[in-house]
Amino acid sequence: MVSLAIEEPVASSRARTRRAAGGVGAQIDARGVSHWFDTPKGPLQVLDDVTVSVAPGEFVALLGPSGCGKSTLLRLVAGLERPSAGALLQDGQPIERPDPSRIVVFQDPTLYPWRRVRANVELGLQARGVLRKESARVDEELARVGLTEFADSFPHQLSGGMAQRVALARALVNDPRLLVLDEPLGKLDSLTRLAMQSELVELWQRSRFSALLVTHDVEEALFLAQRVIVFSPRPARIAAELRVDLPYPRHRGDPLFAELRREALHHLGLDASW
Amino acid sequence: MSTLESVAASNEEKHAPRAGSGATDPVVRRAVAVWIVGLVAAGAWALFGSLTLTRVWPNHVVGFSDWAYTDELGTGVLGIASLLAIVGLVLPSFERRATTPALLRAAASLRRAGPWLVVVPLALGAWEVLTAKTAFLPTPFFAPPQALIEVWHDDWARLLDSALHSLALLGVGFAYGGVVGFLIGVSIGWSRAIGYWVHPVLRLIGPVPATALLPLAFYVFPSSYAAAVFLIALATGFPVAILTWSGVASVSKAYYDVARTLGANPHFLVLRVAIPAALPQVFVGLFMAFGASFTVLVTAEMMGVKSGLGWYLTWAQGYAAYANMYAALIVMAVLFSSLITLLFRVRDRALVWQKGTVKW
Repeated sequence: MVSLAIEEPVASSRARTRRAAGGVGAQIDARGVSHWFDTPKGPLQVLDDVTVSVAPGEFVALLGPSGCGKSTLLRLVAGLERPSAGALLQDGQPIERPDPSRIVVFQDPTLYPWRRVRANVELGLQARGVLRKESARVDEELARVGLTEFADSFPHQLSGGMAQRVALARALVNDPRLLVLDEPLGKLDSLTRLAMQSELVELWQRSRFSALLVTHDVEEALFLAQRVIVFSPRPARIAAELRVDLPYPRHRGDPLFAELRREALHHLGLDASW
Repeated sequence: MSTLESVAASNEEKHAPRAGSGATDPVVRRAVAVWIVGLVAAGAWALFGSLTLTRVWPNHVVGFSDWAYTDELGTGVLGIASLLAIVGLVLPSFERRATTPALLRAAASLRRAGPWLVVVPLALGAWEVLTAKTAFLPTPFFAPPQALIEVWHDDWARLLDSALHSLALLGVGFAYGGVVGFLIGVSIGWSRAIGYWVHPVLRLIGPVPATALLPLAFYVFPSSYAAAVFLIALATGFPVAILTWSGVASVSKAYYDVARTLGANPHFLVLRVAIPAALPQVFVGLFMAFGASFTVLVTAEMMGVKSGLGWYLTWAQGYAAYANMYAALIVMAVLFSSLITLLFRVRDRALVWQKGTVKW
């Protein structure tokens, strides 16, 4: 078990909660989390004693092979499911249900096809009943992801990259304190992907939310995150942790970048391919 | 626009040879530019109109009396023919000068209707010949076109009254059935507890044709009108409930996940996620329900309700007034077809976000 959480007295984490109301990132702690799925063939373990923490405003990437259980961890952090064992905390408080302070951007944009782009971005505000008060935020976020002109389009009229940008705007309009990114660029073509990786870094640097990214793309993890946590194949166990001490914006040609990539691939058991 | 151009182009080709050997001369070609199909249609209508006129071809009178309105029909049809002839002559030059898109669209749809405008008078003419002119089809059972005009002209008040009664009965029954079916569908799609109780009932009662309950309904309900409303509602409610249910049940789980992480409560999940996502299926249910409700409506009117088009049909048959029956059938066809068109319009409005929907 690799403990990454910096233990702190409860009082100081409370104080952070109060500060965090101003838009500062959330502190997330997963402590000894294990999870099983019920399948027809019996229980299937997907997470094995995972302990991870995300400091306020930190960008952490979870890197691992496909189907290893990283996405399950995200669903637990988001509060969509409860862990079989272990604890999940946000600013010291247990995570029990989904909360708009932790927003997920899924691999599929999952825009509502019956809503125009603007109405899709408005979704969270409407769900919380604050749409009238904060409708200006919608325009702001649409502008930020560069889709002002497409506000009245329907999702089926958008390209994959545009749709995913709408999904980002839909998340950011709620001023999340934690952005949970579940392979959000996984289905985009490689050029759009590179462009959106840079956009994500900019968005994160400007808003200073905490970010938890799941990816199986080594370069993406190293390009975006301050810390990369490498998972083993299922059931996911923490195999290694890499600290990426590179300034933003990063360059893929950086020698240290190449060094870290080699290391990450080594932990994934892919030395031979490099 | 492209259709218009292609029609215009094919037209150009058709009369190009007639423009003389120098077919390359654009001035000559434009001078004879007419709408050929329109002129052919005018000829077809003129044929139908003139063979109808008793001066040209007297009716074959069987038994009692001659058909009324024969010459009126012939004259009217000749009027249509001359109108079409004028249109056929001026349409191309009109299209060249017209600038408003609405007028151009109208011209384009007229061109698209061209072949039908040729075929319809030929069919009507054949009908006229087989009935009034030769009495090839036996007289009381097959009425010529002018007999329908006679009915519509002389009995329009009763027909209108019947149509309005049918419409009112259908409207009330369909509204009740649609609303209740929709609510049942949503609730069994959403709540397992409600589904537990309602689903078996739906499974047992739903497939029973509503018309089979007709005798029961007529003595259980205080009036035949109430019974008919109930049966129409039943016939409507079943498909709407089933399709709404399947629509709600098949909503992608990802949609709920998104809404839940954005802070949605169950109320929001039903109203803003489940129902809009299920709406395409709901409309499929409504279309099926429409068909079923027409059947029940007409049957109920034939069996017990003392008004409406179904009642008119049996009444006409009882008096061997077959012309009235045909006239009422045509009114019914137009009415029901308009209702379906209306539902399509509503659907297109509600589901504007869908791509590639069928055009009615």
